Amino acid sequence: MSNPLAYARFELLRTFRNRRLYIFSLGFPLVLYYAIAGPNRNEHDLGGTGISAPLYFMVGLAAFGAMNAVLGSGARIAAERSVGWNRQLRLTPLSTRTYFRVKVATAYVMGILTIALLYLAGATLGVHLQAGDWLAMTGLVLIGLAPFAALGILFGHLLTSDSVGPAIGGATAVFALLGGTWFPITSGVMQKIAEALPSYWLVQAAHVGLGQKGWGTTGWLVVVAWTVGAAVLARRAYARDTRRV
Amino acid sequence: MAPSSGIELRDLEKTFGSPAGPVRAVRGIDVDVSEGETVALLGPNGAGKSTTVDMLLGLQRPDAGTVSVFGGPPERAVSGGRVGAMLQEGGVLRDLTVRELVAMMAALFPRPLDVEEALHLAQLSEIVDRRTERLSGGERQRLRFAVALVSNPDLLVLDEPTVGMDVESRRAFWSTVHELSARGKTFLFATHYLEEADAYADRVVLMAHGRVVADGPPTAIKAIVGSRTVRATLPGVGLEELERLPGVTHAERRGEGVALGCSDSDAALRELIARYPAARDIEVRGAGLEEAFVQLTADDEVPA
Repeated sequence: MSNPLAYARFELLRTFRNRRLYIFSLGFPLVLYYAIAGPNRNEHDLGGTGISAPLYFMVGLAAFGAMNAVLGSGARIAAERSVGWNRQLRLTPLSTRTYFRVKVATAYVMGILTIALLYLAGATLGVHLQAGDWLAMTGLVLIGLAPFAALGILFGHLLTSDSVGPAIGGATAVFALLGGTWFPITSGVMQKIAEALPSYWLVQAAHVGLGQKGWGTTGWLVVVAWTVGAAVLARRAYARDTRRV
Repeated sequence: MAPSSGIELRDLEKTFGSPAGPVRAVRGIDVDVSEGETVALLGPNGAGKSTTVDMLLGLQRPDAGTVSVFGGPPERAVSGGRVGAMLQEGGVLRDLTVRELVAMMAALFPRPLDVEEALHLAQLSEIVDRRTERLSGGERQRLRFAVALVSNPDLLVLDEPTVGMDVESRRAFWSTVHELSARGKTFLFATHYLEEADAYADRVVLMAHGRVVADGPPTAIKAIVGSRTVRATLPGVGLEELERLPGVTHAERRGEGVALGCSDSDAALRELIARYPAARDIEVRGAGLEEAFVQLTADDEVPA
């Protein structure tokens, strides 16, 4: 029998050997976290959110790094396409579904790594939560990453290996800024825009740490809508891509 | 009637759009390959070989005609793991070693070869731990071969397999093909080297301008494409006039120069010099494939 797990293992291996991962998805968010949250470690109510600075930025930068890590699958896909790997894959029994599953799973492993690293960093700055809250918060963050996993695949099949890097960097920056990763967004037009973005809800998962509900109906709707929308577009980009080559 | 067990290409056609108008890459191809046979698709660049290979593998859908591989559509043969292919742009992923890449591919197939055996058959045993991004062109090509082999397919499709290989690698490569062919594997390879088709195929299918122009044993094909071409600088003489020279089958003009495809180049040359003393820079040579194909397909463009 064919062995998708063994196949996935090599996908992971390749990803871990890529230096970009360590710099942008792990190193960068970690350094920024200490740079931003470190000086504010005694701030217990950041910008009127009721959330402490170490917790807020822990989730914010975990979201930032994980977004980047998950979107990174797009960079790998574009690079694979440029060397004709997808044509080769189409000559194997690998189904489209398994192909997507492995891509998403690999992306998530990278995202989870970033999140775990930022949690550790958070703990060093005194973030302290109940075990149940950690779990609930992590669950929301993982669900909130789903749109980005789909967007990564979309970028990978839509863009060339030259343009995908800047596109991912730019998308992460915009999503992070407008979603409230760098500073809390609590009112006005910015708030309206933010609420329509999945990145905002990633950061909002921090509310769980206060014993509050993370997302209301709007949050769930936005995340689901982005996931479905991006997945449909990704599927279409994949179909178009494989028809052409 | 029992379902065909080999490959059947029937009336295949494929046209691509381009800024200069539609390009008819393949215009009506019929080819049969029996199980266990080794068949060469021989033709110059642009003959439609790669497009034919793509349609055979199900990578492109024909505009017209049918493809049958082992009695079914190519997708079924592919998803059953019965087809291995070495594509021209075949993927060699970076950030893996040679062995890892072959093992990664093996993981996708239902009954793969032992990874070490595939590496050995493709002469990669010396460099199994090298990263794929550090391979030479020839090594890369051998890695593609290993990737095609490791699936343990019944049909191997090789598109220009020896490009970039040195003489030694080529010899070893063909000896492996021969060995696998003896085990009953079916081979279809596209090439523009007459010598390779001649030396290693049971049968040669000659392609030009998207059509099959000849299909037969290598010796017969060699006789067809073994004609000569006379070139000369000769301005101001009409092509019709030149085509009436004895021994000339086809004339072409390229600027001030003319190229005469000849069935009897000696006769053509004598008459050319006698009749056109202005002819200079005269050159006679065995036709390359391109020229041979020009002759073979000279009548193609006459409207039916």
